[in-house]
Amino acid sequence: MAKTYFTEDHEWLRVEGGVATVGITDYAQEQLGDLVFVELPELGKKLVKGDTAVVVESVKAASDVYAPVDGEVTEANTSLSSDPSLVNSAATSDGWLWKMRLADESQLEGLLDEAAYKAHIG
Amino acid sequence: MTGDDTKHLPLEDLHVAAGARFGAFAGWSMPLTYPAGVMKEHLHTREHAGLFDISHMKLFEISGSGSVALLNRACPLDAGALEISQSKYTFFLNEAAGIIDDLIVTRLGQQRFMVVANAGNAEADEKQLRALAMDFEAKVDALDRVFLAIQGPEAWAALSRAGIETGSLLFMHGFEPRENWFMSRSGYTGEDGFEIGLPETDARNLVAKLVEDERVMWVGLAARDSLRLEAGLCLHGLDITPEIDPASAGLMWAIPKEVRASGAFMGADALRSILERGPAQKRVGLKPEGRQPVRAGAALFDADGNPAGHVTSGGFGPSAAHPVAMGYVQTSLAKPGAKLFADVRGTKIPVDINPLPFTPHRYRKG
Repeated sequence: MAKTYFTEDHEWLRVEGGVATVGITDYAQEQLGDLVFVELPELGKKLVKGDTAVVVESVKAASDVYAPVDGEVTEANTSLSSDPSLVNSAATSDGWLWKMRLADESQLEGLLDEAAYKAHIG
Repeated sequence: MTGDDTKHLPLEDLHVAAGARFGAFAGWSMPLTYPAGVMKEHLHTREHAGLFDISHMKLFEISGSGSVALLNRACPLDAGALEISQSKYTFFLNEAAGIIDDLIVTRLGQQRFMVVANAGNAEADEKQLRALAMDFEAKVDALDRVFLAIQGPEAWAALSRAGIETGSLLFMHGFEPRENWFMSRSGYTGEDGFEIGLPETDARNLVAKLVEDERVMWVGLAARDSLRLEAGLCLHGLDITPEIDPASAGLMWAIPKEVRASGAFMGADALRSILERGPAQKRVGLKPEGRQPVRAGAALFDADGNPAGHVTSGGFGPSAAHPVAMGYVQTSLAKPGAKLFADVRGTKIPVDINPLPFTPHRYRKG
């Protein structure tokens, strides 16, 4: 059964079989406004927790999305190339950003659960 | 968080009630977007009418027998040649012909003018005007007004429904429809529209009438920026600064020929010598290939990888439906169709030099 974690930087990750699907939260997409471009990571890219993994661009500004844990990119959501607004309309489902194979599952312990994230955004 | 010296709009409560998200701009807490979001606000302005609170901008009234002489000294302008009600886009220049501010001057009477200046430079502008006023028989009054802009093809119809007739007013003309009101047919979106300075109580009444009209939507500073960028209009502080002269900025159309040749405005000597040798760089429109925006600060390179200039504003153009940008390039490269590359986080994005504006102007000129 997949479990969902959150970061204080407003990413979510759903982990299943050692692979995490990562996106930004609904709160984050609302703050950013209409997205017009998503710069996705290359397959096979090794990410270290805290690295910029993806850049999402709204009409007004570019914002970094960080790797929440260490791991290797196994898939990028290429449907965002033609329709970046999926992140606005479905941030936690079809608007996912990338998938990564976790290098160290123990890093998940430091992340927030949904209740803690909700408390974080107030 | 806002600091203690952040200024607040007189109508801030109305923006809060409308669900605005605020941000800091030029010392002011300004509505950036409303719940509809920047994309819808932008497109609504082009299709219907957008209502903007631009009370951060400053209105100055200049009056007295020396007001023409004062303005001719302060700006590269022939203020005496303006007809009553005619507006003119002009500048305050420093001695090096750098642009201290861009502004609009409207002639209200034989010896009376209205000056509309940018928020960020209002204090410096006022100081400059007051200093000059001592040399001329003129009086400078900073007016305490709410300043609204209503922009878009249905702006006139919405105003008409609110009881304000605009029929005979043409683009770049202004007048005083009521006591302590100033209204001009102008704006900064490329659309037909109006700017109205008025006392707060009147403003609240007018806004109440306008927002109950379904053609009218509050529009924030974020969409104001994407609208003006598509329209190829400069933002002071980004595209024009005290280091940029009107010739490099491609704004010489705003300076009449006779004024260029013999005007005694501040910065005249420097501007004449720049015109004589030709500016080293020129402002151009830039159209990035693909969908990735190229933003202010990005360096530009030619096909051989040599530095060619830099981007001064950039983002996504909701009406153009592609990224849009503006910047400065070496004069030899400033030709439509020339291909350059912008460095965006280490990736070289191809950009075409594109004629401005990106979306055609739809002013009501007559």
